[in-house]
Amino acid sequence: MLTPVVDDDGAPFWEYAARGELRVQACADCGEFRFPPRPCCPHCRSFAAEWRRVSGRGRIWSYVRPHPPLLPDYAEQAPYHVVLVELADAPRIRLVGNLVSGPGARLDSVPAERIRIGARVQVVFTSTGLPQWVLERP
Amino acid sequence: MAVLKDATAIVGIGQTPFAKQLPATERALACRAILAALDDAGIAPDEVDALASYTMEETDEVEVAKALGLGDLTFFSKVGYGGGGSCATVAHLAAAIATGQATVGVAWRSRKRGSGPRPWKNTTVQLPTPAQWTRPYGLLRPADEIAMLARRHMHEYGTTRDHLFNVALACRNRANQNPAAIMYERPLTREMYMNSRWISEPLCLFDNCLETDGALACVVVSAERARDCRRTPVYVHSAAQGLPAQHHGMVNYWNDDPLTGPAWTAARHLWKHADLTPDDIDVAQIYDAFTALIPLSLEGYGFCARGEGGAFTEGGALETGGRLPVNTSGGGLSEAYVHGFNLITEGVRQLRGTSTAQVPEAAACLVTAGEGVPTSALLLRN
Ligand SMILES: [Zn+2]
Repeated sequence: MLTPVVDDDGAPFWEYAARGELRVQACADCGEFRFPPRPCCPHCRSFAAEWRRVSGRGRIWSYVRPHPPLLPDYAEQAPYHVVLVELADAPRIRLVGNLVSGPGARLDSVPAERIRIGARVQVVFTSTGLPQWVLERP
Repeated sequence: MAVLKDATAIVGIGQTPFAKQLPATERALACRAILAALDDAGIAPDEVDALASYTMEETDEVEVAKALGLGDLTFFSKVGYGGGGSCATVAHLAAAIATGQATVGVAWRSRKRGSGPRPWKNTTVQLPTPAQWTRPYGLLRPADEIAMLARRHMHEYGTTRDHLFNVALACRNRANQNPAAIMYERPLTREMYMNSRWISEPLCLFDNCLETDGALACVVVSAERARDCRRTPVYVHSAAQGLPAQHHGMVNYWNDDPLTGPAWTAARHLWKHADLTPDDIDVAQIYDAFTALIPLSLEGYGFCARGEGGAFTEGGALETGGRLPVNTSGGGLSEAYVHGFNLITEGVRQLRGTSTAQVPEAAACLVTAGEGVPTSALLLRN
């Protein structure tokens, strides 16, 4: 499986995720969330940032089901769900992730008929600290 | 921009054959396409003093200039973002020539992706950001990234797979008329489309472009010089690039409004500096790496209201004789996928009256570059 190739701006996200915390970068001056992480606030141009903890609740904004040809590790679990989750605490922040039946479950562990746009989801973390999503009402 | 309006013209076009696999190198294909375009224009290679291509073009200016015996170059430019750069190559040459930085410009693209590697298949290369936010989750290919927007468009606006089929069919029907197209004499039916394998739901096989080997080029000169050339000049009436505020490349998911992409930005500038409106466009060549980009572009360039891009395709609107014939050589979906350069050359053929799917008396053509990435567009007229 591909692991995140972390850059300086994104590193805190992954460090918090490894501890089971979902945190999003926000401006320490004007308070606006921003994603993906970057050095400067596009609203007020401040370089002061903080990592704010969010509830990990959200709704599915869109999703796709990739089929092969794919990288071998992914092809073996295809078709699977890649979801785009709009965070309840920060609606303009949308995180790409996988919809799974439980932390660390196979990428194809949720049946296709269970997924729909607007469904409520909750973040979970794999043993390696990768955020994933489960349905609030499975 | 008044400086640019009709100040330059495309006077030569050239291309190699298109195929899944061509034996020649990208460099040799580039040289052949450029020589063909110069011959079409009736201009000698040593008169060329400007070059433009894509940052993804691997045959650079030094190689082209020395292989073809070009003159002293006083302008050269490369445009980023893959297929978003196609129209901008011509726009950069037009700007350079209109402002006296050069006199004869050549734009080109040479590509061997039919027989070459797929970047998303390479596990040894470190993936740059924003890949850290998408690749680990198996959002691996451009088709997966655009499918996310397509699904949302379907959800918000009722766009259907039949709408996407309309796009694929219009391109295929035109390719069936074009002997140079990879899909010449290979008809597509609704049954074939609906029963084809998925690539990334909701996109199926026929929603995806053809990976192709091939090269194309075109020659740009001043309007004054164009009057002495061999062919009917095709004027660059308006040109624009578009990189919207808070845009995120293929994964525009973090924008406040992910369904208004770069087309909207390019379109505003394009129409503002034109004497034409969308109603005046006789034929359009709209970037089609994926069928779903066409409804998004129809909305962005103002051929219909937001959300109506799918419905616009109904009733044969994109076919010959329809409201807006598109991709009349077959486009990236059915002629060749060469980062959209074939859309420029087909726009020129339409305005010369030499297309294999000629729109009668076509006088104005919109050509667009890749939607989904920082893009560019041209309004061409004769
Ligand atoms: Zn701020």
